[in-house]
Amino acid sequence: MELLFFYLFAAGIIGASLLVVTRSNVIHAALLLVLTFFFMSGVFVLAGAEFLAVVQVLLYAGGIMVLYLFSIMLMNAEVSVRLRQFHRQSFFTIVVSLILAAEIWWKVLGGGAAYPAFKGFSWTLGTTPGNVEALGSILYTKYLFPFEVASILLLAAMIGAIVLAKRTIDR
Amino acid sequence: MIAELIAAFLKIVLVLGTISLVVAYLTYLERKIIGHIQMRMGPMRVGWHGLLQPIADGLKLFLKEDIIPSKADKIVFVIAPIMVLVPAFVVYSVLPFDENFYITQVNVGLFLVLAVSSLGVFGIVMAGWASNSKYSLLGAFRSAAQMLSYEIFLGFSLIGPLMLAGSLNFQNIVKAQSDVWFVFYQPLAFIVFFIAALAETNRIPFDLPEAETELVAGFHTEYSGMKFAFFFLAEYANIMAVSTVCIAVFFGGWGGIDAIPLPGIVWYLLKMAVLIFVFIWIRATLPRYRYDQLMRVGWKFMFPLAILNIFVTGLVKFLFL
Amino acid sequence: MVPLSHYLALGAVVFVIGAAGVLMRRNAIIILMSIELMLNAVNITLVGFSRQWGDLTGQVLAIFVITVAAAEAAVGLAILISLNRDRSVLNVDEVNLLKW
Repeated sequence: MELLFFYLFAAGIIGASLLVVTRSNVIHAALLLVLTFFFMSGVFVLAGAEFLAVVQVLLYAGGIMVLYLFSIMLMNAEVSVRLRQFHRQSFFTIVVSLILAAEIWWKVLGGGAAYPAFKGFSWTLGTTPGNVEALGSILYTKYLFPFEVASILLLAAMIGAIVLAKRTIDR
Repeated sequence: MIAELIAAFLKIVLVLGTISLVVAYLTYLERKIIGHIQMRMGPMRVGWHGLLQPIADGLKLFLKEDIIPSKADKIVFVIAPIMVLVPAFVVYSVLPFDENFYITQVNVGLFLVLAVSSLGVFGIVMAGWASNSKYSLLGAFRSAAQMLSYEIFLGFSLIGPLMLAGSLNFQNIVKAQSDVWFVFYQPLAFIVFFIAALAETNRIPFDLPEAETELVAGFHTEYSGMKFAFFFLAEYANIMAVSTVCIAVFFGGWGGIDAIPLPGIVWYLLKMAVLIFVFIWIRATLPRYRYDQLMRVGWKFMFPLAILNIFVTGLVKFLFL
Repeated sequence: MVPLSHYLALGAVVFVIGAAGVLMRRNAIIILMSIELMLNAVNITLVGFSRQWGDLTGQVLAIFVITVAAAEAAVGLAILISLNRDRSVLNVDEVNLLKW
């Protein structure tokens, strides 16, 4: 059952992401990317990361992708549908990607790499002292410093985005 | 296993069917209440005091021609109303109606509701863009900016009550209020939540995405027939969902006063009725905000208020609890 | 019960699709989206490992990846907007003023 759902989500992710990188209409690509994120959130639930799954929908689909759609409409990017979509070096790109794929396949999946035996979490999905509580406590104790650094990073990105996108008015 | 599946299926059918029916009658209620507030009678012709009006409206919308503009992006145009309606209904899968009556109960319940309801904005942006009309696009722009910013206040206002409850699970949140409702501990959070909820559901005074007087009908200008009805249904389903969240987080869910023994679901429905009346009352009373006023109210007034509430709650919890 | 190799394979495939998108497309917005795909592929791998070890570090790391992705999207889109405003181009191979 779990495996079946995993294959379903995986097929969705791969199909939708292939469409994302090949569509000529930017808005369609963005909407398909949202679909990809939904399927990924499904995979996260299967992997016992329910908090992360919701964060995926809330932040990626509900936040970042709305920002993308908003900017696409601001930039009037739909006109680029009629233009050439791919670089002239696309052939080499495909070769490089295939090499990369082969490399990952050989290094990560094949080659008899030893993986740790399955341990699993101490809690099960959906129980009340579960993923959220565990994640919260580890995030605010062991990983408190990286957490603070990440918040500084977000602040810097926010200021940077405002400075870059602000229209300077010459008087 | 099979019995569980059937039970779950029946529950889903029951909840969805009730919601669809109630949503249809909410439109009637809204017209009637606003009519009486404005010293009119409201719908009177169809049935006794217009009671069959929603059914007549539904039939009319169903039989109308379904127009797709020739310059529209057809696929996105068709998907958009579905993208608005589906999140509005999916939210009900985790909402609590009674101690023993809910479709499912998940650990990240409240967070899931926030996440799913944030997807409604996609449908609106898609509708605005796919219609290929300037009014629709302007409505979609306004809506995206408005919903994206008010979502933040909605989330931040809920953090205070969550800190008190110590859980994201709706059942635990309601159980934590068995003595005192959180609205008394968290009045500031409730005010911010209620204003943000009005903005999230695109209600007056925040109905800029569909401001009739300036944008024809905003993002759904080009829609007709059943597709238009979908936007309408989604709006009212969202109002009910947001009222349910409000009841669960601030007004003790299904809990009532011990002196009056009523089943939990009755308490829940009573609270729901009051909240929905307030929603309609506000619509009949207030004028619409201007766009810059909307953003100023949000970022300069509500955002600091929400942050202050979190800070004070944390301080009190750290010092006294 | 999904074995770890499935998560890794899925992550690898999505990563390669994203990388190919970054290298192949001319439209700068789609390049940004492909970068998002690559970041998400890493997230899948992290979550898979986190489950295998029964250790939440992977999920914490995934949260940081999402943070970085949000920052990247904000700054990247701001750059694209200012680029589009100044030179009205969106294709990366037309932005070649600094090219020798």
